[in-house]
Amino acid sequence: MNKIKNHQLYRLTAAHIKEIVREPVVLFWGIVFPILMAWGLGIAFSSKQDLNREIAVIKHSNTSTIQKSALQNIIEHYPDKEKGDYALSLKNEKLGNVKLSFHECTEAEAHVMLKKGTISLIIDVVDDKLVYYFDPVNAEAQLIYQLVKGVVYNGPQYYASHQEEIKPLTVTGTRYIDFLIPGLIAMGIMMSSSWGISYTLIERRSKKLLRRMVATPMRKSNLLIALIFARFIMNIIEAVLLYAFAYWYFDLQIQGNLIALALLFIAGNIAFAGISVLISSHTANSEVGNGLINAVVTPMMVLSGVFFSYHHFPAWAITFIENLPLTMLADGMRSIFNEGAGLLEIWKSLLVLSATGIITFVVGLKIFKWY
Amino acid sequence: MEYIVEVSNVKKSFKEVHAVKGVNLTIKPGEFVGLLGPNGAGKTTMVEMIEGLQHPDSGEIKIAGKTWKNNSKELHQLIGLSLQETHFIDRLSVFETGQLFASFYKLGTDRVNEVIELVGLQEKRKAYVTTLSGGQRQRLALGIALLNKPSVLLLDEPTTGLDPNARREIWMILKKLKDEQNTSLILTTHYMEEAEFLCDRIVMMDQGTILADGPLDQLLRDFDNARNLDELFINMTGRHLYE
Ligand SMILES: Nc1ncnc2c1ncn2[C@@H]1O[C@H](COP(=O)(O)OP(=O)(O)OP(=O)(O)O)[C@@H](O)[C@H]1O
Ligand SMILES: [Mg+2]
Repeated sequence: MNKIKNHQLYRLTAAHIKEIVREPVVLFWGIVFPILMAWGLGIAFSSKQDLNREIAVIKHSNTSTIQKSALQNIIEHYPDKEKGDYALSLKNEKLGNVKLSFHECTEAEAHVMLKKGTISLIIDVVDDKLVYYFDPVNAEAQLIYQLVKGVVYNGPQYYASHQEEIKPLTVTGTRYIDFLIPGLIAMGIMMSSSWGISYTLIERRSKKLLRRMVATPMRKSNLLIALIFARFIMNIIEAVLLYAFAYWYFDLQIQGNLIALALLFIAGNIAFAGISVLISSHTANSEVGNGLINAVVTPMMVLSGVFFSYHHFPAWAITFIENLPLTMLADGMRSIFNEGAGLLEIWKSLLVLSATGIITFVVGLKIFKWY
Repeated sequence: MEYIVEVSNVKKSFKEVHAVKGVNLTIKPGEFVGLLGPNGAGKTTMVEMIEGLQHPDSGEIKIAGKTWKNNSKELHQLIGLSLQETHFIDRLSVFETGQLFASFYKLGTDRVNEVIELVGLQEKRKAYVTTLSGGQRQRLALGIALLNKPSVLLLDEPTTGLDPNARREIWMILKKLKDEQNTSLILTTHYMEEAEFLCDRIVMMDQGTILADGPLDQLLRDFDNARNLDELFINMTGRHLYE
């Protein structure tokens, strides 16, 4: 036992783990923050709150436009006025309740609200006819347009009708939280590897600690392996705690193969550990390091569909996105968590992720600047 | 073996800066050598080349008769060093830092405790490195340098920035080492008293070359009966050592 304990690999790993654990802020970002994020987003996108939709109605003179338009019928019957707006409450148990607020304003004011994102639909009355202004690419705007149009022609009961034909899905693995947690685990691996490994190495280089350490008989590769291994252990703890929370609070189940999940987790760690070593192979300047890490991490954060599906991106971009390491990891995790996938479905990702990690590690080690 | 360190005709440039321009230097086992000279004289560059951390453009460096090429594993066992500035891992204690470095030499905790006592950090054994004062940090760096009982100890400005008491404490540790072990020391310093107190020999460097090399009293005698190292430097270069 003492022999193992005095081994440099053991000591290096222990030193790195102590260093991480003794920095409370690091623990907050690694453990508490992802759980808070899962909790907040999970709640925000799962509970059925009453939605409030704001619509701008352009006012041309002092007389109310609404009064002489097709909207009038509705407003007359439902004269709910709130803070000067005409409000129309629509009820539907299955879809959730919606409140439409018609806000009269000038064209300029409407445009300001549009830019701020408080509205996405503007209604104008031209020759007693309603004209709808909105961005057809914006799905939400289109939805509101359809809803307002339906209500204007068929009355408020339109929204409540045909409830019996709607059957809310209760299949497991289709909630937002089911989508989110595997993505957060994948993101956690990427973030903690890139900051934990790259940043630590760059900082040690700039503080001349690397230089001091390689002036001893220490094996250089042991230093990197220990750093990666310490990170791996922390990543396991972070992922298990995040999953435990999601299991307890949201009853999140893993439907697929656990061995496949473990292997994918390891492959993800290898991939990002290798990438992190490569990122930090040269610079001794922590600002440059910061930039490099961000340059690698940020595009994947945005593109890889951690929070929302990347299928809204144009088709030509999707092939590229699908092959990013974070996308592969997150998609693989999701397929195991939610679609019951096993080794058969994810072996390609396993292979690509591991190969990415090994190649970047070897190249990084080759060009690594120790002093 | 007559010399433990042999430096012959070593040159090193950084782009257009000629940091070391053809230095010859030999050190006997057990000899304490003080390397002095103004900022930018090339002291750190010279020392780091002996440590194997920088590579000479030309010339040869041998420690115990061996060059760094192909013998680095062996030579790392022979030397101990402290760099001009090093930070250790912030949130490791003094003892844990010692343990970590000891593991590189396959040494156990006994040696760590011995060294901690040697540099007088017993009371700070459990303190994190971040909480140490400048002097305590320098003593830790010295302790780490001594872990493997090196044959050649290279200390780059080990007392810079310390108050006179703290400096004296380090001197005492090194003096004791001189009496008890057969360690050679190469010490760079800006303090003449330090070189005078500790070193058998003074090597004066300026602009990448060695201006003078020998025991202090001999150097002073040789250069127009200078009264101290500053006068010696003026007599040699016409400039003050420290303006
Ligand atoms: N990595 C480097 N890149 C470029 N120039 C360097 C580098 N290291 C040293 N130099 C230059 O080489 C010269 C010698 O530097 P060195 O650090 O050896 O001086 P020194 O005698 O240790 O000075 P000090 O007393 O300030 O520590 C200086 O002019 C310095 O600017
Ligand atoms: Mg120096």
